[in-house]
Amino acid sequence: MKKELIKGNEAVVKAAILAGCTHYFGYPITPASEIAQAAAHFFPLIGGTFVQAESEVAAINMVYGAASAGRRTMTASSGPGLSLKQEGISYLAGAELPSVIVDVMRAGPGLGNIWPEQGDYNQMVKGGGHGNYKNIVLAPNSAQEMCDFTILAFELSDHYRCTAVVLTDGSIGQTMEPVEFPDHVKPAPAKDWAVRGDAETRKNLVSSIYMSTETLRALNERLQKKYAEIEAREQRWEDYRDDDAELVIVAYGVTSRVAENAIEELRRKGLKVGMLRPKTLFPFPKKRLQELAAGRVRRFLVAEMSNGQMIDDVKLAIEHKKPVDFYGTYGGKLPAVEEIVDAVETAYNRQS
Amino acid sequence: MTTTTITTTTTTTTITKGKPSTFYETFERKAGKDKLTTHYCPGCGHGRVHKLVAEALEEMGLGDRTIFISPVGCSVFAYYYMNTGNVQAPHGRAPAVGTGLARARQDSIVISYQGDGDLAAIGTAEIVHAANRGENMTVFFINNAIYGMTGGQMAPTTMVGQKTLTSPYGRDAATEGYPMRMSELIATLEAPVYVERVSCTDVKNIHKCRKAIRKALQLQVERKGFSFVEILSTCPTNWKMNPQDSIKWIQEVMEPYYKPGVYKDKTAEAKPLPKSAPITDPDELRRILGLEKGKTEAKTRASIGERRIKIAGFGGQGALTAGAMLATAGMNEGLQVTWLPSYGPEMRGGTANCSVIISDKRIGSPLVMRPDVLIAMNRPSLDAFEQEVAPGGMIIVNSSMIDRKVSRSDIKAVYVPFTELAAGLGLKAAANTVAVGAFLAQEPLFDRERIFEVLRTSFKKKEAVETNIRAVDEGFNFGRT
Amino acid sequence: MQAKLPFVEIKSNQCKGCALCIDSCKPKVLSLSKAFNLLGYQYAQYANAGCTGCEACYYACPEPGAISITKEKKGAVSA
Repeated sequence: MKKELIKGNEAVVKAAILAGCTHYFGYPITPASEIAQAAAHFFPLIGGTFVQAESEVAAINMVYGAASAGRRTMTASSGPGLSLKQEGISYLAGAELPSVIVDVMRAGPGLGNIWPEQGDYNQMVKGGGHGNYKNIVLAPNSAQEMCDFTILAFELSDHYRCTAVVLTDGSIGQTMEPVEFPDHVKPAPAKDWAVRGDAETRKNLVSSIYMSTETLRALNERLQKKYAEIEAREQRWEDYRDDDAELVIVAYGVTSRVAENAIEELRRKGLKVGMLRPKTLFPFPKKRLQELAAGRVRRFLVAEMSNGQMIDDVKLAIEHKKPVDFYGTYGGKLPAVEEIVDAVETAYNRQS
Repeated sequence: MTTTTITTTTTTTTITKGKPSTFYETFERKAGKDKLTTHYCPGCGHGRVHKLVAEALEEMGLGDRTIFISPVGCSVFAYYYMNTGNVQAPHGRAPAVGTGLARARQDSIVISYQGDGDLAAIGTAEIVHAANRGENMTVFFINNAIYGMTGGQMAPTTMVGQKTLTSPYGRDAATEGYPMRMSELIATLEAPVYVERVSCTDVKNIHKCRKAIRKALQLQVERKGFSFVEILSTCPTNWKMNPQDSIKWIQEVMEPYYKPGVYKDKTAEAKPLPKSAPITDPDELRRILGLEKGKTEAKTRASIGERRIKIAGFGGQGALTAGAMLATAGMNEGLQVTWLPSYGPEMRGGTANCSVIISDKRIGSPLVMRPDVLIAMNRPSLDAFEQEVAPGGMIIVNSSMIDRKVSRSDIKAVYVPFTELAAGLGLKAAANTVAVGAFLAQEPLFDRERIFEVLRTSFKKKEAVETNIRAVDEGFNFGRT
Repeated sequence: MQAKLPFVEIKSNQCKGCALCIDSCKPKVLSLSKAFNLLGYQYAQYANAGCTGCEACYYACPEPGAISITKEKKGAVSA
């Protein structure tokens, strides 16, 4: 495909349609609304469905319905909306329904404001609702990845029968960048478990209720096995100038973009700094972090637009073998390059 | 001509009316040894309604097509019994789940079977809006004035004075409000095609109930939209009555308040809802999405370094569009580009600005905090961003609208009357294209032709394209002097 | 032995003894047993005579399979 200059949020919708998504259910919220708007434009044109739901809760339950019926389906929102959707996400996990959710993060807590933050990490990466479940979480840092990861999210969610989240933020969602949409997308697999309202699937049941302790235990064990398989097979990351680095920044999403600028500056000053950018937050790229921790890296520095929601995952991944510093900001403002440069320089020169 | 003689004889056959085939023969999903009876208490109204629904589905030939939604409440286990496709839904959300199902499978028959806590309390929003959209589904609403599954707490439909576990002194209207009449509420909406309340008590009323269920299902078969049947139903266990007294209680206490009857019937005038089938042909999808085949070839491999540009003006001056023009042209030149607007409420009425980065290498943060170039289209923009410009950078000032000079001496200032030049062409709205021309005069990142290409694809009218091209030229020529 | 048509058949082990069928029966040919069934309920039973095939008990009964009615169906067959 030819490149198109397009907002990340809009790239999501075109990518979803290329991936065979036919049903979109959503509720307006800044800074994710372009997704609903583009969906409202395109889904009727492809013979699909766009419904502006009465609430975030209803939207995720419509996704539950369309997913039960075997369709590729999605919704999108931002922090306050995702808080509301958590009930439905837990049910999606319990019923093992594939679905895609895009979270264009804004600053919280509460109403917060509409500018970018990364404060939804805990609620999206750690489960978020009740019960022992996890979502696959993909973290794009460009409009191109908003496209690519949306398609990947559909593929992974169908393969593992779980929810896949595209976790991004207001600035990546709003930024226009050149995007090359793929020429070929794998079609969805057959879903013999779905309830389509026909003779073939009449015997099927989609449910998250398991009344006996034995069967619910079995479901949970199956889920944990699935998550272990996802951890083993689906860790994705980008190494950015970390081959000779003594300090490795760990950052995802737009923060990783600011970190790239900071690394350029730091390298100019002669500091051997690189970055490990998680592309998947669950599964967390533990393997690569462990390799780095075992090598020449002296320290890590987690940079996030939050109070450090990712830092535990880094510390656990490297089993505390190396010190982990932190740079965080919140309130909706992107970090200035100099702020990360300062934080890294301070950490770099620390002896312990 | 031949004559055919028809002989009619009356034969007698034996028929048995028993369990419909739309019930499973044995209830294998139900735990325990007894796989033949329901989990419902003796005299429970649910069983009767299940039977009426199952009978209707069988006789109407809908077993294969039906998706039965079991919500939370005593009927959460309806999937033990209904020999149809089954989906279990979160508390109150069945109409939303049903919306997803009905939209996803337009030939299916979607039944949302809900109790009063589910439908009239936690799921109030979902039922009202599914009804209001006129979703092609049928709702069977079991009103037994109590929460059954959780052991007998107050429902939104609990009668005034009725004692429950959470209204131990009787429901007090002063503090707990009045029982909600859902049929009346749903009937006020335009979209629903059929709303009736029936009372599942004696034989006569059971038959009314049976008729209402069939009618509602038939309307869905005809795709006539949303139908709602409220069924007054017994809960002997939680009412602490025997089944006989429970029936009497419906007749004497519930019916006078919840009057049975047809609250809405648009059967005659309702038109079938249209159907849609998703397009699957990838080429057709690409055409609809406006995706062009082929590769974008890099036009140059020029080493331009990186330019961080901020363009600011008031809403309507086209600052954001000017930025998008530059970014698109840069992309077509084979360069890396980003464009990030100031978004949200701050855009409305106030200063709108965008960050544009054009680079010959991978771009870091898309937010321009220290611009190399500021294009200030009005005075507030200059005031707001002058101090942010990187030392050695440049400000291009719209001198038509900004009556002051740039105060810093460590940056270059270029004054171009964007608005006047545009007005001179008879198109004041082209001030932003003048600005783009002025920028290119100072920063020749690529040929003006790249901008012209963008203009040719973004304006439909040839005249608009030409005027804007001239505006670019005006800005470019003025900017060079 | 085939009972006289029409007749009602009650599967005693599917009956929960709510007696709603008994109340609904106009000819009053149903009653509650003295004995208890496998579920622990006294169950409805048919007097083996007097059923009119009105189906009232069938619809009154909340259990899917506890009651069935067998009767004659007169139909016109063309030849």
